[in-house]
Amino acid sequence: MASISNNEVEHVAQLARLDLTEPEKTLFGEQLNQILTFVEQLQEVSTEGIPLTASVAEQKSVLREDLPHDGLSQEQALRNAPEANEGFFVVPKIIGK
Amino acid sequence: MALFKLTLQELQDKFTSGEITAGEIARAYLLRISQVEPKIKAYISLTPREELLAHAQEIDDGLKAWRKTEPLMAMPLGIKDNICTKGMRTTCGSRMLEHFVPPYDATVMTKFNAQKPLILGKTNLDEFAMGSSTEHSAFGPSRNPWNQQHIPGGSSGGSAAAVAADQCVAALGSDTGGSIRQPAACCGVVGFKPTYGRVSRYGLVAFASSLDQIGPITKTVTDAAIMFNALVGYDPLDSTSAKRDFPDYTKSAKKKDIKKLVVGVPQEYFTEGLDPEVAEKIQDAIQVLEGMGGKIQEVTLPSTERAIATYYLIATAEASSNLARYDGVKYGFRAKESKELAEMYHSSRSQGFGPEVKRRIMLGTYALSAGYYDAYYAKAQAVRTMIQRDFDAVFQEVDLLVSPVMPSPAFRLGERLEDPLQMYLSDIYTIPASLAGLPAISLPCGLSAKGLPIGLQLMGRPFEENIVLRAAYAYEQATNWRSKRPTIRS
Repeated sequence: MASISNNEVEHVAQLARLDLTEPEKTLFGEQLNQILTFVEQLQEVSTEGIPLTASVAEQKSVLREDLPHDGLSQEQALRNAPEANEGFFVVPKIIGK
Repeated sequence: MALFKLTLQELQDKFTSGEITAGEIARAYLLRISQVEPKIKAYISLTPREELLAHAQEIDDGLKAWRKTEPLMAMPLGIKDNICTKGMRTTCGSRMLEHFVPPYDATVMTKFNAQKPLILGKTNLDEFAMGSSTEHSAFGPSRNPWNQQHIPGGSSGGSAAAVAADQCVAALGSDTGGSIRQPAACCGVVGFKPTYGRVSRYGLVAFASSLDQIGPITKTVTDAAIMFNALVGYDPLDSTSAKRDFPDYTKSAKKKDIKKLVVGVPQEYFTEGLDPEVAEKIQDAIQVLEGMGGKIQEVTLPSTERAIATYYLIATAEASSNLARYDGVKYGFRAKESKELAEMYHSSRSQGFGPEVKRRIMLGTYALSAGYYDAYYAKAQAVRTMIQRDFDAVFQEVDLLVSPVMPSPAFRLGERLEDPLQMYLSDIYTIPASLAGLPAISLPCGLSAKGLPIGLQLMGRPFEENIVLRAAYAYEQATNWRSKRPTIRS
């Protein structure tokens, strides 16, 4: 039985930049334990010497000519921004007190 | 016969011959959608009526001058709402992208639009395509046209329901672990996932990049071939796009036999957990395939039982990375009243994502985190290789594999919502082809005693979509399941 502690749930949520409510922490903790217990079966599989598959794509490394071409205009790029001002994305201050 | 009942091929014939106009097609579908959509809820956004009619008018006006038509010209299509459509909002079924209007088209849309189809709207899906039922859509679930108490499948449930309910003649879906094939099976229509790399993913909102693939959901196999013809091809904008030639796939859907094809029956797909009713229909289908000249051969894919665990580690790991971009800065939802940047990231993501997306981000983050990476993510990548090797080995002996699409007919809405693992387990038959990047099709092969559709899956070698389509077409012609249509009760 996999066991992910409350602290670990909080740690993973922090890594994922998620704030969880107390009920969410409990629920996700239980569900993640259940899912991790299920996926633990992979430990039974002997994979010694087996290469890892990250992608089944045929082409591994793709380079293109480094030529200038048109992209989005500034106005288009900013149109979906939650907040923009004078051609910039606006965010809350980065450095805390 | 009402226009909306026609297949893509039939509608195309009538349009090309001048029997009907784009305007008539648009009006017929607008009417159909207004009647059926309140019950089925297949769409998240609809193209505004005036805009659609103006577009149809433009096609009709242009036609008089050009006298030349493209295969998809004036064809009324639904597009899964995780495919970017320039100027038309693309929500991914998420609050996070509720107001996102893409400034560019996905490559598949650029290809489609060159043929001047009628894009009717954007179809519903589980949030960020994560789910098997559309119940994880932030905009509420779609309904199965055969029985509105049941799920339409997912994640492309809106597309499958729209095609089954005649709310579009064909649709686009995306498939990461079965998201085209499973809803097609639930709704009694055809769903086709091409080989990984065949269709550009540029502009498909990323869920798990090594698995995601766009494909058609249609009423017939021929229609799937027509749609696939319009989608296929190398795209420099997608680095995983395959540089390969491709045939005219409608020519694959011509022969009514499968002589000289060897059809493998993987024994691991017929074990406990498979609903007896589904098993019986698949056995019937295997007999039909044999009757058409296919050589049936039992084969073994020993790593099948590891596929779900492998998939849910790889897909969630990739998702946790892909979805890191939603930070409330450049687009998407931003939580109000955040005082500093980190708080804004946290609040925006916590309020913008729904529970299933959070759960998968958490699982993927855990699988990639220090101390667990080798045990979970790297292990899953190694088992993925084993699954792929299983397929490589059997495809030395057989041309095709036949199996169920899902272990049971569509379950009831709400039935598995509280139990994510149970929901994941229903993907057992579709996940292996996703992990190996194989082409696979789902097509109707019968109805359950309760009148719900059952799907047959055919899987082929990479880039041999033509063989998959050939066998699917022959099976479809030898049976009459495609003529069974749902009656939508009010």
